[in-house]
Amino acid sequence: MSTDQPGERPAAAPLGIGAVLVHVRQLFWRFPVVALLIVLICSTAIITPQILSLGNILLVLRQFSALGLMAVGVTFVVLCGRLDVSIGSMASLSVVVVIALHDAFGPGIAILGSLATAAICGAINGYLVAYLRLSSLVTTLGMFAALQGVANVIGISGVQLVKNPDASWFAFIGRGYILGIPFPVWMFLTVAATGAWVIGATNFGRSIRAVGGSEKASVYSSIDAKAIIFWSFMISALCTGLGGLIIASRAMQAQADSGVGMEIMALSAIFLGGTSLGGGVGGIGRTVIGVIVLASVNNTLVMVGMPIQAQWLVSGTVIVLAVWLDSIARRRRLLA
Amino acid sequence: MSVAEPATHPVESTGFRRYLGAVWKATGRSPAWPLLTLLVVFFAFQSPFFLSPFNISVILGQTVLVGMLAIGLTPLAISGNIDLSVGAIAALGTCLTVAVQPFVGPVGAVAVTLACSTLCGVINGLIVERLKLNSIIVTIAVGTALHGATYLLFGVTTKVAPDTSFVDFGSLKLLGLSSSVIIFLLLAIATSLMLRFTVHGVHTYAIGGHRQAALDAGVNVERHVLINFAYSGLFAGLCGVLLVASLGAGSPTYAKDYELWAIIAVVLGGTRLAGGAGTVAGTVAAALSLTVLRNGMTLMKIDVRWFLIALGLSLIVALILDRLRSGEPDVAE
Repeated sequence: MSTDQPGERPAAAPLGIGAVLVHVRQLFWRFPVVALLIVLICSTAIITPQILSLGNILLVLRQFSALGLMAVGVTFVVLCGRLDVSIGSMASLSVVVVIALHDAFGPGIAILGSLATAAICGAINGYLVAYLRLSSLVTTLGMFAALQGVANVIGISGVQLVKNPDASWFAFIGRGYILGIPFPVWMFLTVAATGAWVIGATNFGRSIRAVGGSEKASVYSSIDAKAIIFWSFMISALCTGLGGLIIASRAMQAQADSGVGMEIMALSAIFLGGTSLGGGVGGIGRTVIGVIVLASVNNTLVMVGMPIQAQWLVSGTVIVLAVWLDSIARRRRLLA
Repeated sequence: MSVAEPATHPVESTGFRRYLGAVWKATGRSPAWPLLTLLVVFFAFQSPFFLSPFNISVILGQTVLVGMLAIGLTPLAISGNIDLSVGAIAALGTCLTVAVQPFVGPVGAVAVTLACSTLCGVINGLIVERLKLNSIIVTIAVGTALHGATYLLFGVTTKVAPDTSFVDFGSLKLLGLSSSVIIFLLLAIATSLMLRFTVHGVHTYAIGGHRQAALDAGVNVERHVLINFAYSGLFAGLCGVLLVASLGAGSPTYAKDYELWAIIAVVLGGTRLAGGAGTVAGTVAAALSLTVLRNGMTLMKIDVRWFLIALGLSLIVALILDRLRSGEPDVAE
């Protein structure tokens, strides 16, 4: 990503093997997670070679594209120096809403309704955090509970599945293929590319990084920090809405708990990628790398036959490690 | 409830306002006491069953579990940190208590559970303090990891305790109060006294008020924060033990969302999230308000799923109150 700090070069680089090692070390401190990914893929490929088959890779990518979309959205919030842990419940809510509206009003209205719901949630989050200056983590924790409650209320008393899933074009979002690549993966890649462009090359993206770097300094540079934070929460919510659409369309039924735990997964992907918790440093490209690493860790655990709960253990440990590495890397940058 | 009910007096004189101010001060400036009063009065009118002795004991029994977590969190929050792994520690505690009881007996099981949960708290504290990381994100991650580890170690199924010694203990009555309520009250008073009268308590307020100033004044910040993390872990373990005492079983699915309740109780009770202010009495009142709300909603035959919404909204309202009281921050948290 263009958002990285310029790597510090030692004054006199040693030659030969030493030079390579220095570069490897620099690379490690810039992208600790890529090294992790390489080690991981090599070691799993030895145990189960079928992990590298195209079919498996596409399957994993399709499975993780909803999470990837959400992680891309939350990256905007994290770059502002805030956090959003309400996305799991928001995804559940968006799934429940789209399925509840689908048969009565048709797929188009259902999709619009679901995205509008997500936008309202994002606006509430954004207003509370940006304009009332509440702590983003605890606010979104409250929203996490409230939205899960709303999803439960709608999901259990409302319509829970689409009667004729094959007749609706809505199924294409989660199940379709274009050029042999699943449609969700296309969605993920498009949104990620747009996001990377917005963060890297637009005024809005620069403002987001400025607010994350130092909110005070950004306000003195006549950036409307409150509006920037508000809109980053809106982006996070809309991406979550899109993720919810993918989940809903893959299952064509509404489970009120379909988004549970996704906020933790998205945050671990973001921190794994090396986007800094304090804001300002990081980018969409890093989040995409983080999602891929998380997906391969997950896939490895499945291939080895671990129960689903092992993933919680892994993602919890991974967040702590990633946050720790990030703080070391930040200190090294400050010293350099 | 023992609170005075200012709302029933006519509002006219400035003397009355001074009286209101005195009540507000006596309750630790916590919005939880007026809220609790309002809720109790409201539900007492809604349902004749609400103030019956049986229902009150049900409310108290529910308060004890979440209240235990909230009391343990209060000193930690006052020193400016948050522990969101307490629910996972409590779930681990239930499994551990049930699993080791056949080997070491009930008392030994409690000892092992409390030791392990304190250790979890210490690990949280070491990660946060030694590595200088944000406590919220670390404890969310540690909580997720602990939850996963509990599932892996003990399986998904609920394990019933081998004998009834815990349940027998839980159903002991003294002066009409069950044993867990008495333990809860004693620990609440002890925590309150600790915050008020010990060096550790005073330093806890100092650290939360201004960490750098406390460091400059020679306070061993790391040690005090570590003690508070261990304290919160210990109370989470106690919550696990009390869960076994009331349910007679252990499962990784117990204590779900409890950390959310506990944080809400702490914030609603008037503890400032940035640290430096807060009382145990406020936390207890807030924990009571939450269970009263849930109990009242059940009595009014409102679907229990609405409670989660109420919980989330009350957290946000508590935050807004917190912000109104402490003013606009210079830099966002």
